[in-house]
Amino acid sequence: MSSLGKFRYVSTDRRVREDRRFVAGKGRFVADIVLPNTKHVALVTCPHAAARIVGIDKSAALAMPGVHYILDGAELAAATLPLMTGLDTPNVPRRPLAHEIARYSGEWVVAVVADSRALAEDAAEEVIVDYEPLPFVLDAEQALESNDILVHEAHGSNVLLDKTFTWGEVDKDFAAAPRKLKLRVKWGRSSTVPIETFGVTASWDPWRDMLDVHASIQMPRFQDQIAVALKIPVTSVRVHHDVDVGGSYGVKRGIKHTILCGYLSRRLGFPVRLIEDRLENMRGGDAHGPERLFDVEVAFDDNGIVRSMKMRALENVGAYAGRSPFQLGKPVGAIVGPYKIQSVQYRAVAVVTNKTTQDAVRGFGQAPTNVALERTMDEVANVLGLDRLEIRRRNMIRHDEFPYVIPSGTTYDSGDYHALVDKVMAHTSYDSLKAERDALRAKGLLAGIGFAACLEPSGGNAMFEALLNPKIQTTTFMDSCRINVDGVGSITATMHTTSSGQGHETLVGTAIGEVLQIDPETIRVVRPDSLNSLPSGTPVGSRMAIMLGGAAFHAATKLKTKLTTIAAHDLGIPLERAGYDQGEVYDKNKPEHRRTWLDLVQIAWRSYHRMPADMEPGLAVSHVMQVPTGGVLPTADGKVQMYPCTSFEFHFILVSIDPVIGRPEIVKYRIGHDCGTVINPKIVRGMTMGGIAHGIGAALYEEFAYNDDGQLIAQTFMDYLLPSSHEVPDVEIIYHVTPSPNTVFGQKGSGESGYLGAPAAVANAINDALKPLGISTNSLPIKVSKLGDMIAAAQEKKSKGN
Amino acid sequence: MRIELDINGETRELEVEPRTTLLDCLRDQMQLTGAHAGCEHGVCGACTVLFDGVAVRACLIFAPQAQGSKITTIEGVTPGPGEMSVIQDAFCETHGMQCGYCTPAMVLVAHALLVDNPNPTREQIVDAISGNICRCTGYAQIIDAIALAAERLRGANRPVEQRV
Amino acid sequence: MKAAPFEYSRAADIDEACAWLAADENARIIAGGQTLVPMMAMRLARPTRLVDINRIAGLSYIRADGDAIAIGATTRQCDLERDALVARDLPLMAKAIPWIGHAATRARGTIGGSLSNADPAAEQALMAVTLDAVLNYREAGKTAEIKARDFFIGPMVTALPAAACLTGVRYPVWRGKIGIGFHEVNARRSDFAFVSAAVQVELGADGMCKRIAIGVGAATDFPMRLDSAEAQLTGTMLDAAAVKDAVTQALADIEAMDDLHASAAYRKRVAVSLACRAVADARASALGEKIHAH
Ligand SMILES: Cc1cc2nc3c(=O)[nH]c(=O)nc-3n(C[C@@H](O)[C@H](O)[C@H](O)COP(=O)(O)OP(=O)(O)OC[C@H]3O[C@@H](n4cnc5c(N)ncnc54)[C@H](O)[C@@H]3O)c2cc1C
Ligand code: FES
Ligand code: FES
Repeated sequence: MSSLGKFRYVSTDRRVREDRRFVAGKGRFVADIVLPNTKHVALVTCPHAAARIVGIDKSAALAMPGVHYILDGAELAAATLPLMTGLDTPNVPRRPLAHEIARYSGEWVVAVVADSRALAEDAAEEVIVDYEPLPFVLDAEQALESNDILVHEAHGSNVLLDKTFTWGEVDKDFAAAPRKLKLRVKWGRSSTVPIETFGVTASWDPWRDMLDVHASIQMPRFQDQIAVALKIPVTSVRVHHDVDVGGSYGVKRGIKHTILCGYLSRRLGFPVRLIEDRLENMRGGDAHGPERLFDVEVAFDDNGIVRSMKMRALENVGAYAGRSPFQLGKPVGAIVGPYKIQSVQYRAVAVVTNKTTQDAVRGFGQAPTNVALERTMDEVANVLGLDRLEIRRRNMIRHDEFPYVIPSGTTYDSGDYHALVDKVMAHTSYDSLKAERDALRAKGLLAGIGFAACLEPSGGNAMFEALLNPKIQTTTFMDSCRINVDGVGSITATMHTTSSGQGHETLVGTAIGEVLQIDPETIRVVRPDSLNSLPSGTPVGSRMAIMLGGAAFHAATKLKTKLTTIAAHDLGIPLERAGYDQGEVYDKNKPEHRRTWLDLVQIAWRSYHRMPADMEPGLAVSHVMQVPTGGVLPTADGKVQMYPCTSFEFHFILVSIDPVIGRPEIVKYRIGHDCGTVINPKIVRGMTMGGIAHGIGAALYEEFAYNDDGQLIAQTFMDYLLPSSHEVPDVEIIYHVTPSPNTVFGQKGSGESGYLGAPAAVANAINDALKPLGISTNSLPIKVSKLGDMIAAAQEKKSKGN
Repeated sequence: MRIELDINGETRELEVEPRTTLLDCLRDQMQLTGAHAGCEHGVCGACTVLFDGVAVRACLIFAPQAQGSKITTIEGVTPGPGEMSVIQDAFCETHGMQCGYCTPAMVLVAHALLVDNPNPTREQIVDAISGNICRCTGYAQIIDAIALAAERLRGANRPVEQRV
Repeated sequence: MKAAPFEYSRAADIDEACAWLAADENARIIAGGQTLVPMMAMRLARPTRLVDINRIAGLSYIRADGDAIAIGATTRQCDLERDALVARDLPLMAKAIPWIGHAATRARGTIGGSLSNADPAAEQALMAVTLDAVLNYREAGKTAEIKARDFFIGPMVTALPAAACLTGVRYPVWRGKIGIGFHEVNARRSDFAFVSAAVQVELGADGMCKRIAIGVGAATDFPMRLDSAEAQLTGTMLDAAAVKDAVTQALADIEAMDDLHASAAYRKRVAVSLACRAVADARASALGEKIHAH
């Protein structure tokens, strides 16, 4: 349907309707919502990397004025079920409060409820927990290789997942290839770290059997998980979606927080709220993201054509399962990136350690995988002495080869990689950039050019669950929209989840306006609570433009059809002769013969006698959309259609490094971006720019670092370093549009753009800069001091050699 | 303790515990929720308010300390219900935000900058907002917004001192 | 992240502030609060009483005082940043100030707070040591002074008596053909330094170094002066090789700090480099040459 041709509102540079409330400080964030008689939670957290909870003395804390309750893990565990995880690991239960054993420093042990947050913190200090420290393991390889220290004794090992997939003739391709290369790449533990921490208020009404939840969430099937854990019907959980979420990019899961507050509110009879403070958030919230070790081996020929790849990805998921192991699964849908690698062996291993549990992060594991792939492409070029851009061009899938099926079974919908690369390179000639790099080198600086060519699988489908856990048989990931035209002709549309800055209200308005040819600004978009909602997969998996935009499109199309049918009937003409124009329907043979919008509203709302037979009165329609390309289980040999669309991005950057100081400065940053039809240019640009900033953070600054005692030492914003405006360079974005055949406007996802390639581009540029010294680094983040020390050691070695 | 605060041009008498930060006092006791808590330890800038016209972190000032100074919050620079200032409108025009959590602070910083320097260079804008972390935008559209606001304010048919 | 409870007193004058401190050993002065409040929020500091000195009249000033510039304890970092007298007579200070945190923290943070706090990486501490500042304080109705080089005695530890209030600092002004250099490395521009170096020189008409002060911050427990290098370089033309030798020697035996952000080896190596750069900049600026930023 991308043949819609020219758009009226889609792709035009329109304002984002959500923005007005935010500039005035009138966003409605969870901490802004205060229900009468709300009490506040503060947490007592475990100071050890692993410890048995021997005893808890609550008496002093309970005696303090303003303190209402002190909840421990034993009581909560007795009353609730553990969190749902998608893996088949029943002996690795995850609960809001540690029960018997705490498994990481910062794990929540006791929840204190008091009149104010300050009082709750005062009382938390008075709760005396007797711990017996236990041995702990922090390193993923150690956890994998040895059973001496088990994070979960009953599980019998530290391995949550260890699956090997072989797609294509890997052994044969390796045997046949003249050249091979091995590489180890490390992605340090980092995450999205929104500026708003997670927060929730849960309020139980025993007279209505209703738990009202206001929370800053981005979580599929949130209400189901809360209800199951609390052992109440899902119909007794009402999640309010009209809460603005202060950033998420994957992490705002909040299941354990909500179970905790939900339980407390039911137990105590008043609303209970937990707004994490930054320490709680960083140490024990859903704050952490991938920490992954890659071992990559590729087989290639003398022309640099990569034939086959073996990749082992070892994920340190922290103490419990979370969503993290699945983040090894999603990259299967783009495991070869934009390249024609014909066979792949992929081993995905997830181990538990005594670190904070990871949760989902923007890209769901794709960004680390892209670093491994893109570092590998550079090294292939380097060993052959070939140009790194040329080698990418040679390996990339050509425009005329789409739709293209990759070895792991996913079909890439469309792409025009070479054209976009050419477009970017036409903007800055490669030669002039090389000259710029060499001029920097001549000045005594280290300087390097970095490329990254990456895909953003988008549209979201949880096929990685079925792939990694055959007990799961989910092959859909829905989104929905309902449209009602009221009795005076105004349009209200619904969406059924929260947003964290993606402009979904604007998206829905634009899609409906486009179909109905009506100014999107006149369309009201609301967010009913979960009990009034249709299914929504929530804003994960870079899917909302495709799925919510798609659902809105389809609902609007149904409405348009209904309007046309009513009009044709009323005009007494066959349906084919009825034309639709900006809300009016006319006789194509006699255009002045028409029914206006208000005529049609009048008929549908009041004049049933003028309606076609058997048609529902009113103008209410809804659409629940199935994910395009969904509906198929993985095959027995592990082939899977992951996401329906693939956006493409090509990063091209120049860095310079003062060799003594070791600080990489990004001198130039260009990115070519193709996410198919752009629905709102302002939103897409923002996503890409934000993603790049985030990617620069992951590459250079951000790490949840631990010391040898298992203590998180980057737990404040003084130590976990988010890029400020000083650290983010000017970026030039060059657009290209290759519509997707799978979506209503030809759109693809862009919510993860920038982030998926920036870390790889930065790492590649730094390695290009280091090349003259004969060293390389494949361990992110590449921090200033670390790089400085590396360079110094190399220089020393060189000078000794001379 | 009893304190008297001058907030957005209005004097308010309040009873606070000394340990209440200005941020918590604004949010919890005055329902001025445009200032947000991001870190509560002075790094992110989400809590920014103007203290005698200068952008400061409200999480690092205890409420009693604010007595005797003029506090301006985002609510105080918004011209009226549903009405945006030139700066706020410029943020909408460039989409200088996503989730909106850092936004009121960014608008206030822009406000303070443009009162001080109606003609900032891009570098000066970057520097002015460098104390405010935005995790969503990568800053480009925020910088554009402030540049646009500066341009529009320079063109405004009003005396300089009343422009921002 | 809420502070533990405390009493609050707004002191009307210094002696009242000192009296509060003397009355309760857990009372603490609050100046800009930019260090103390985060510590309190995390409950790493839990004073029983805060003595607010912000509104004490006459504690915030920048003025010429004989051969020195005198600066009051509650003078805000942003005031120093914009002050014409500081720009003219304490150019090294003017250069270093923008490196302290963010504009919003400089709007509250005071010079007295920064010095009393004695963070090894604090720019103000490095300035005081490099410029041979003299700190004035008041305790139990008496006024006393202490040299900056005696004031800092450990990381976050000073020689200031517990019940004393720092009142002001005097920075001797160098006259003549003066040049300055300041370099700092940190993760992000606004972060505390991993290493910093500050240099002020006075050159003779012939370009010979008549006087030089070289300070290195953040590398060791408190800012240090490279005395031996200063002695070696005085009377020379500050030729790059000689500077490098002198600086390297002076830093050869330091015990550099090691933490999450930078290794000891890094600090030591980069300290040498920054000090050399700062000397070169100082020389060039004294000669009226343009300095190219790194
Ligand atoms: C995000 C951020 C970044 C920062 N970056 C830097 C940086 O790069 N470099 C840097 O140097 N600093 C930095 N700081 C800290 C700096 O801003 C503080 O201003 C400074 O360290 C302390 O000054 P203050 O006036 O705020 O003191 P306060 O926080 O009020 O007090 C600090 C200590 O000094 C004591 N004290 C204060 N005044 C006196 C006095 N007159 N007599 C006796 N004792 C006194 C207090 O009791 C307290 O123990 C940063 C702070 C933040 C929040
Ligand atoms: S909340 Fe005040 S600076 Fe982060
Ligand atoms: S808009 Fe989300 S943090 Fe800035």
